[in-house]
Amino acid sequence: MIALRRLCCLVILLAIVAVPRSTAADLVAALSNHLVAITTGFTGSEVLLFGTTSGGGDVVVVIRGPEEPHVVRRKGRRLGIWLNEKEMRFESVPAFYSVAASRPLNEFLPDRVAGRHQIGVENIRLMPAPDTASDDLNDFRAALIRNKQKINLYATKTAAVTFLGGRLFRTDMYIPANAPVGNYTVGVYLVRDEDVVSAEITPLIVSKVGFEARLSDFAKRFSLAYGILAIVIATVAGWLANLVFRRG
Amino acid sequence: MDIYLPIAEMAVNFFVILGMGALVGFFSGLFGVGGGFLMTPLLLLIGVPSPVAVASQANQIVASSVSGVLAHWRRGNVDFKMGFVLLVGGLVGSTLGVWLFTLLRGLGHIDLVIRLSFVVFLGIVGLLMFAESVKALLKRRIRASQPRLRRAWIDRLPFKMRFRRSRLYISALLPAGIGFLVGVLTAIMGVGGGFIMVPAMIYVLGMPTSVVIGTSLFQIIFVSANVTVLLAVTNQTVDLLLALLLLMGGVVGAQFGVRAGAYLNGDQLRGLLAVMVLGVAAKLSYDLIATPVDLYALGETLSP
Repeated sequence: MIALRRLCCLVILLAIVAVPRSTAADLVAALSNHLVAITTGFTGSEVLLFGTTSGGGDVVVVIRGPEEPHVVRRKGRRLGIWLNEKEMRFESVPAFYSVAASRPLNEFLPDRVAGRHQIGVENIRLMPAPDTASDDLNDFRAALIRNKQKINLYATKTAAVTFLGGRLFRTDMYIPANAPVGNYTVGVYLVRDEDVVSAEITPLIVSKVGFEARLSDFAKRFSLAYGILAIVIATVAGWLANLVFRRG
Repeated sequence: MDIYLPIAEMAVNFFVILGMGALVGFFSGLFGVGGGFLMTPLLLLIGVPSPVAVASQANQIVASSVSGVLAHWRRGNVDFKMGFVLLVGGLVGSTLGVWLFTLLRGLGHIDLVIRLSFVVFLGIVGLLMFAESVKALLKRRIRASQPRLRRAWIDRLPFKMRFRRSRLYISALLPAGIGFLVGVLTAIMGVGGGFIMVPAMIYVLGMPTSVVIGTSLFQIIFVSANVTVLLAVTNQTVDLLLALLLLMGGVVGAQFGVRAGAYLNGDQLRGLLAVMVLGVAAKLSYDLIATPVDLYALGETLSP
């Protein structure tokens, strides 16, 4: 835990060092809303990010979901039957990831810089748990990204950041209905002359509210009562249906 | 119309879920099976995480079984005494099965061996049932035949009991034993076991088909209620909203299933059941043999 915290500090420190300090007015960005509230009718949500630059350069926006452990399993064929053969655990993987940029990334952002700032799905740092790591790490990494893309939790293409005039920019960020709850970060990067000259990180919280929040809280805290309640509801529903049909 | 499920953490279409509940409920009322083997793949298909799918459909099976049992009871087609004896065996069996499952998992691919023997077993039972009912239907017998696999030693077992509804006088060890075996199997396979229990009641116990369905549903209520509470406590993956939507469709579907069953005779019902058992066997073997689209898959990543 302490080691993890130290690592975090180091990463933050590196990020600060890596981004050259510039005048505060270089990049200013804000979200229309810092809370994505999940209610019963939630089918995904758009959050508007807007901001200004001091003029010139490109803007990249990266949304990262909460870090969670993930397992990737590979099937193999033995005696004509497919079964799980091998697995690799990744302890800390962003549960959600998407990128928006004012131009196609390869036109203004060198791979080295994209890698350093983890911009683009192929640059997400995916470290396997030491006991499950092996030579075919890259296959498992690719599979993780591919499977996340399949369920729309990782972006398959770069969304657009649009400039209105020379300085004002905006982008509509989409949070899908299956996005996991938790603390997200929105990173805004200003790129000039093939390097990040300014960056700003803003938190975004995806959270259940109202009935949804109360129900899942109840399920976790009073799980036995919840289970019994579920059965009582089911029994009453079955009985009611029978009553209705007897009359009908 | 979309609804966000609080435990599954995803949005689903209200009418799709309702329809799935109704379809599975119909089979439940018609054949006396829980329908978990149908519901789980359907839920996975629309993207519900598997722990949530298994736990929530167990809850809806309670509802559709209650609905079905009450409808069968009105027609006098539930042998409660038989149901209790099966249940006692089933509870002991499933407890042992859960323990056995944990033990076998440590030994590697033994669950594959179980899966394979399950496919073979279901395939044989299904084919025999199918052949028999086709033969009976071709002969156009008016009275449904009562197939009985009786051997002398079965009649000599102790603890004889009279089951009036089933018109049987047999040792209580027999239904308790069947309940036990099905309990072990279902705990290992992670399914309700109605589609093994029903053929076993018809062919091993020799119960009349009409009574089998109601009695099977009766004991499924308790098995699935037990699963619901266990999963709610250990995994917290019962999605009450999903279960509610499913059971709204399920209870209605079950009533129609029971009605549809009343129009069919024993042979026709057994024939249809045989087709379904064969379908399950085919699906299980397909899953084992077919080349997956993606060899790699993500494990479950439910938020803690």
